[in-house]
This record gives sequence, structure tokens and C-alpha cells, in this order.
Amino acid sequence: MKSTNLTNYREGLRDGIPIALGYLAVSFTLGIAARNFQIHALPATIMSLVNFTSAGEFAALGIISAGAPYLEMIISQAIINLRYLLMSCALSQKLSPDTPLFHRFWTGFFITDEIFGVSSGRPGHLNPFYTYGAASVAIPGWALGTCLGVILGTALPARITRALSVALYGMFLAVIIPPARKDRIIAGLVVVSMLASYLFTMIPALSGISSGMRVIILTVLISGAAAILFPIKEDPNDAE
Amino acid sequence: MQNNIYIYIAIMVIVTTLIRVIPLTLIRKEIKNRTLRSFLYYIPYVTLAVMTFPAILDATGSPISAWAALIVAIVAAWMGKSLFFVSSAACIVVFLLELVLC
Repeated sequence: MKSTNLTNYREGLRDGIPIALGYLAVSFTLGIAARNFQIHALPATIMSLVNFTSAGEFAALGIISAGAPYLEMIISQAIINLRYLLMSCALSQKLSPDTPLFHRFWTGFFITDEIFGVSSGRPGHLNPFYTYGAASVAIPGWALGTCLGVILGTALPARITRALSVALYGMFLAVIIPPARKDRIIAGLVVVSMLASYLFTMIPALSGISSGMRVIILTVLISGAAAILFPIKEDPNDAE
Repeated sequence: MQNNIYIYIAIMVIVTTLIRVIPLTLIRKEIKNRTLRSFLYYIPYVTLAVMTFPAILDATGSPISAWAALIVAIVAAWMGKSLFFVSSAACIVVFLLELVLC
């Protein structure tokens, strides 16, 4: 491993710790749900280890325990996880154009909301080893929480779960607030996005839309409007 | 459960991996179109903001601790604190406040 890759990997490990802690809190609940659906610890843990997608896995539990057709699994996972498609598009421009296919594949493979979050928060081009570092702490945390949830059947003490569950939001804010401080357009976008997201959950006609779909709709609408109204001046990666 | 659980899991992995990997492996060049590039540049900010709010308000045991965590995280991030610091500060605020609140 080149020394820059090693440094990036280490930084990824470090930023993966709060993700893993937040994941523990969430995946514990997932494990308990799996247990309630009579899914054993081994398949549940394997599912988490290879999928690491909370909404997708929660939906999968119901499909598996109902013995629903495989097609239903395909459709549900495609719809629930569609937001990763947008994240993958965004990361395609965050990687240096000379990044080999191998690293493009694995950077994409590890996309979760949180790993995408910290990866897009990197200054300049993204080194794939940063993403690998974050994933190698976060994903075992996700799988471990699932496993413990199934085996123990009770969550961590509620106090601790509630405290840990804000780790993920804290992380998102740590990614978006510093650039918002430097750039008024980004600051405006963050405020508008939060307000729009809030309205979506409040307006009766829109509140039935799932959170995954809400993320997609608002991301396309707001980023699209911003791209037309405020096109970026030069390559932001070069500028940094 | 008449179907094999491991086949379900394999289907999940295939579908989710395709979604995660296709754009990254197909769009290999730097996009020249300025509008498209701006769109992709803005995506993370919008996505993460939408995912944070109002979801954070339901994550804790009380709206007060949730708002406190939100504000503390914003202030710490504004001051340029590390990701780990911002994240832990939010957790600690919730934990301490809820010793009193819940």
C-alpha cells in the first residue's frame, strides 16, 4: 500500500468509528426484528454483512418470512435502495478520472448513506482507501449489532440506543456544515433541503411517501434547481 | 418460509450492488457539461440535509434532547471540529439531558 493510501485508510478507520457506533444502535433493532420474524442469527448476520442497508433489510425481513416471490425481493430492494444510484453518480465525479475500474467497483459496493456522507466530505478527489477504511469499521459494527440483536432479543439499554442513534445525524452535519459556512449557496441549499424535507413529512398528501423516495425526489428537485440557478464556477476538486 | 433464505440474501446483494456500482463504473470520465456537473456536486449536501431533518427529531426520547443534539452538532461543525467530535458531542448531549428528561 502506498503511503498516501495508508494515510487515507487510517483516516477512514477513524471516521468509521462514529458510523459503527450509530450502526450498532440501529442494527440491534434490526436484529430484534429478525428474531421476531424467526430468522436465525447466522442468516441475519450474513445478510447485514453483505447488504448493509437498513431500510432495505427491514423490508427484506417481511418478504423472507412471508416466503414472498423472489421478484418481490428484487423490486423492493431496487426501489428502497434507488438513492444509492444518485450517490454513486455523485461519487463518480469525486474519484479521480484515472481511478481503476477495480477501485470504482469497490468504492460503489461500500456505499451506504453514512459512508457516502463521509466520502463526499473529503477535500479534493476521493481516495478509495478512505472509503475502505470507513467501511472496514462501519460494516462489522452493522453486522455485529444485527447478530447481538437476534441473540439477545433485547436492545442495548434504551438510554444508550437513543444517545448512539444521533451519532449518524451528527456525522451528516459534520459533513455538510463546514462547506455551508464557506459557501452561501450550499448554506442556502442545506436550509431549503431541511425545510422541504420537513414539509414533506407534514403535508398529508406527501407524508405517505417513504423516506427513501423522499430523499430521491427532493435530491433530484433541489440539486437540479440549484444546478440551473447556481452552476458551479470551476471544478470544485481542482479549486481545493 | 418455503423459499431458501440464502437465495433471498443473494438476490438482495445482486440488486443492491448493481445500483451501487453501475454509475461509478460506467461514468469514468470527468463530466464536462456544467449543469450536470453542478447537479452531481450539490447532491451530497441536499441528500444529507434531507436525511438529517426532521428524522433526528424522532431519534431520541424527547424533542428537547433531539433539538439540543441538533444545535450542538451544528455549532461544533461550524467551529470546524472533527467528525468524531461532532458526532460524540451530539450523543453525549442526548445521554446527559435524558438523565433528567426521561
